[in-house]
Amino acid sequence: MAAAATFLRPSARAALAGVWLSVWLFGAAAPATADPLPVFEVAPGVFVHAGRHEETDATNAGDIANCGFVVGDDAVAVIDSGGSPIVGHRLREAIRAHTDRPIRYVVNTHMHPDHILGNVAFLPDQPDFVAHGNLQAALAARGEHYRQAFDAAVGAAAAAEVRIIPPTLAVADRLELDLGGRVLDLAAWSVAHSDNDLTVLDRRTKTLWAGDLLFMERAPAIDGSVLGWLRTLDALAAVPAARVVPGHGPPSSPWPDAAADLRRYLGRVVEGVREVQAAHGTIQQAVDTVAADEAPRWRLFESYNPRNVTAAFAELEWE
Amino acid sequence: MTTPHRTISTLSVTALAGAAWLCLSGAGALAASPQEERWDLLRDMYFSGRTVEDAGPLLSLEAPKRANDAAVVPIRIVTAPGSGVQVTAVHLIVDENPVPMAATFRFPHGDSPQAIDTRLRVNAYTNITAVAETSDGRLLRTTQFVKASGGCSAPALKNAQLAVARMGKMKLNLPDNIVAGKPLTAQLLISHPNYTGMQYDQLNHYFIPAHYVKTVAIRYNGAPVLDVQSDISMSEDPSIHFSLVPEEQGTLDVTAEDSNGRVFQESWPIRANSGS
Repeated sequence: MAAAATFLRPSARAALAGVWLSVWLFGAAAPATADPLPVFEVAPGVFVHAGRHEETDATNAGDIANCGFVVGDDAVAVIDSGGSPIVGHRLREAIRAHTDRPIRYVVNTHMHPDHILGNVAFLPDQPDFVAHGNLQAALAARGEHYRQAFDAAVGAAAAAEVRIIPPTLAVADRLELDLGGRVLDLAAWSVAHSDNDLTVLDRRTKTLWAGDLLFMERAPAIDGSVLGWLRTLDALAAVPAARVVPGHGPPSSPWPDAAADLRRYLGRVVEGVREVQAAHGTIQQAVDTVAADEAPRWRLFESYNPRNVTAAFAELEWE
Repeated sequence: MTTPHRTISTLSVTALAGAAWLCLSGAGALAASPQEERWDLLRDMYFSGRTVEDAGPLLSLEAPKRANDAAVVPIRIVTAPGSGVQVTAVHLIVDENPVPMAATFRFPHGDSPQAIDTRLRVNAYTNITAVAETSDGRLLRTTQFVKASGGCSAPALKNAQLAVARMGKMKLNLPDNIVAGKPLTAQLLISHPNYTGMQYDQLNHYFIPAHYVKTVAIRYNGAPVLDVQSDISMSEDPSIHFSLVPEEQGTLDVTAEDSNGRVFQESWPIRANSGS
């Protein structure tokens, strides 16, 4: 498919340079050394750090989602930057431990803070920040809320460095990024986990970075459309990948088998909510019953299933 | 997830994009609980100079202990008028939200019990407050504390494009068995993004203007059933469950108007079985 990216330069470039300059001027740039994040090479040149199955707090400093990078002959692409500036700095150190090639791209798979708050650590590299065309509007509606939530969870000192970095390269449909002898195929999806999900396929190793379109082990969060997510998983199953890097879960897993648990869970939510609605039940009744037997299969289930059922209820009553 | 403001010393109300924002600043040494301090400010703002009593049995409020989804928090208010006292209206307030007054429900039949279910946005740890107005001029208050949602759930639209495409569409859900003369509970859904006006565009440095459902008038065979005034603390796609006593043949008419002056209208016939 033809490249259909929207290039925001030069205005976004100028804005970004301004942010970078102010970071530099006020001395909030990367610490000289940060402890490198442990990363696992899931395929040649494809490195993944697996986040913890926890909520963001002061101890984990937002290290709760997978992030990593792909190394080409000429350049490096970061794929998700971690859940805090600190995690971003540590990811950058991990990259520097493996390669001195320039970091030309920071790809954000979607808007959630555990995937994007490390962006600020890469400003000195002056990369393109690449995201789904809807990401900027989604962050306009949520950025301040995310910043306050991070402050409350991690503390004011760590939050002082948080910046919401606007994308410089927005993907409307498809985009190829050439890292030198290595092409990444980016695909923007319609509303699913969120309304700005972006996947990355490394052609050379057939590794699919699914972002939060794939949760494993940790209970998923529906922040877009449950029906859209199920449709997107159908389409994603056809992507010719040998392995997948989930947004949450192990560093990699065979594709498409890795999505089986998620599909089953989302299906149960839809089916359960429809049953409650057919009986004129309430949201609270749905929250109390729907998908309850999935509890032993997921970490943090009690935190996320009630939210998912509520979101699905509001969506499905418009069917 | 977010920490509520614990100290409040000044209150300023600023008109911005048609919405009143409640801004908090400063720090003061205050004796009462932060929730009660906040309530004192809200009472002065919304019910200036009037006494607000504890509601007792005339008004009850149900809310979840925690907001599961910050954008959709289900709430129920129930009135129990009695001994010659009518409950003519209920105000629903999310104390810590930037625009706390979420909605006012006015009941033309204040002498009969009313149950209203709706959905609210909850930004932070907050009291949710219901204040009833009675026919003898009293204000009756009840509150529930609700913890904010976790896991980065934000009170924002999940599907912004769909919200715009579907704006103004309405749905009416009725029970399967409708009997004339017997009260029923109906659910009205109005699709609307209910933009808060607090969404800041980081790149272009402007606030996306507020755009929300302001009034909803529900009529049955021409007679008022419920009148609602609402604001941005109501969830996207506002949902209202309300009570109605059907006749054998009747028509329900709904007129909603949003803050941009757009008017949405819909009518549904309601057929009831004879109630003998």
